[in-house]
Amino acid sequence: MFDAATIRKDFPILDREVNGKPLIYVDSASTTQKPTAVIDAVSDYYRTLNANVHRGAYRLADEATTAYEAARSKVAGLIGAPAAEVAFTRGTTTGINHIAIGWALRRLKAGDRILLTILEHHSNIVPWQLVAQLTGAELVYLDIDDDFEIDITQLEDKLDESVKIVSVTGMSNVTGTVGPVAALAEAAHAVGAIVVVDGAQLVPQSPVDVGQLGADFLVFSSHKMLGPTGIGAMWGRSELLEEMDPAEGGGEMISDVQLYESRWAPVPQKFEAGTPPIAQAIGFGAAVDYLQQLGMDDVRTHEAEITAYALERLADVPDVVVYGPSDPAKRGGAVSFQLADIHAHDLATIHDEEVGVAVRAGHHCAKPLMRYLHVPATARASFYVYNTPDDVEVLVAGLLRARELFGLA
Amino acid sequence: MAIEELYREIILDHYRNPRRRGSLDGDHIHAEGQNPSCGDEFSIDIAVVDGEIVDAAIQGQGCSISQASGSMMADAIVGKSLPEIKVLARNFKIMMSIEEGDDPVDPDRPGSVLGDLESLRGVKKFPVRIKCADLPWVTLEDAVEQLP
Repeated sequence: MFDAATIRKDFPILDREVNGKPLIYVDSASTTQKPTAVIDAVSDYYRTLNANVHRGAYRLADEATTAYEAARSKVAGLIGAPAAEVAFTRGTTTGINHIAIGWALRRLKAGDRILLTILEHHSNIVPWQLVAQLTGAELVYLDIDDDFEIDITQLEDKLDESVKIVSVTGMSNVTGTVGPVAALAEAAHAVGAIVVVDGAQLVPQSPVDVGQLGADFLVFSSHKMLGPTGIGAMWGRSELLEEMDPAEGGGEMISDVQLYESRWAPVPQKFEAGTPPIAQAIGFGAAVDYLQQLGMDDVRTHEAEITAYALERLADVPDVVVYGPSDPAKRGGAVSFQLADIHAHDLATIHDEEVGVAVRAGHHCAKPLMRYLHVPATARASFYVYNTPDDVEVLVAGLLRARELFGLA
Repeated sequence: MAIEELYREIILDHYRNPRRRGSLDGDHIHAEGQNPSCGDEFSIDIAVVDGEIVDAAIQGQGCSISQASGSMMADAIVGKSLPEIKVLARNFKIMMSIEEGDDPVDPDRPGSVLGDLESLRGVKKFPVRIKCADLPWVTLEDAVEQLP
């Protein structure tokens, strides 16, 4: 039985206060809090297992390697992939850069196109701009419709054989929109393009099976799904991972090094140059265990329920405008909004000071989307497994207080 | 620290009715500034004759603190000589704890009176917002540096 009020007891930070008020954390799209199980896994690694991985003939190194590889299996298992198709990265951003540099940069040329959407996070825009600058390829964007859904009717004009890569968010960190991955993948594959899915928000909030997703690559971050920062994962279809070049060279990623050339280690080590973040990988594995115990279907149901409640309560506050799909079944737990003429930063300060709510304000690393929506910034509340309807009530109380302070009450 | 000290009526008035909003037509210097972390934007035109700012116009978008600070600043600098503006900027930055020093510097010196800007004093209790109040001043410095 999924019960957020019980779950939150596993998160020690939620016991602390801000300005003498209990911390209400609604910025999980940015980073999530960590349960004791993850904190202990990281700490236990340093207390009992610390050694470098894939080296060293002694027992400790072997145990560390086993724990690191077990974490890989857990992460792979969460998305229905074989461990051999999952490389650890520093996070979603690094994963996209691996694909941009290791695959796209060596294959694209002038006249080729990369299809993105206006919803993308900077991490799914800037790496492709780098590729475009170096290859002469062109970036093309799908817009969104009036209900903030990606407008796939534009595929007719924007998708043809010149498109080599379609890279799309699985779930927007600003609007909560769920990317139409299956439809995009079918259309993209029909013209020979590969499909990259930014899973930074999707994987933490939904059951994902790469066998059914339709994507060729899926990248995501540990810290947005209860795990440590500095670690993430890149899944790719094995033939693509085989043909791809490494974006980074160094130790751990080679099978042999000569003076003037080297041979790469097999996938996925080929993509893991240098000593990896071992403790973080093990913590990532513990986070996956924790989520699996909750059950990803139940996590998704909770997200939809708490988001539906938030949308309902926000609609009760005069002058609130929400930027995202109206149907909670079609969206994730990031709710972006504005209140009258009160700037999002002012809302964030008032929430912090007056009701202890950590709510995000700004462009959410999606400046092209902000310009598209004609807003300088939005406030964003984003919910996760530990948020309860009470948290939504405190958020709303903060909005009413902001109305008072700005003379709107 | 009560939040009312941050969101004082005069600040909200400058936010909602910014003074000297627009752009200058004649000879002027233009500068733009932004806080990349939050996206706040501010730009200023100043007309300088014989070392005195004779006119100013501002544009921008952002939070109440950055935009009110810009509006108050635009009003405060017109009619002042460049040395006076230096004193004004220094006193403002000392008030906001951006620069070290005793507050106020030389109260009898021309340019040292903060006027409406005094109302932003409460911002320094909110460290993450100090850069909001400072944005127009950084932009003004850019403009002044462009002077021949």
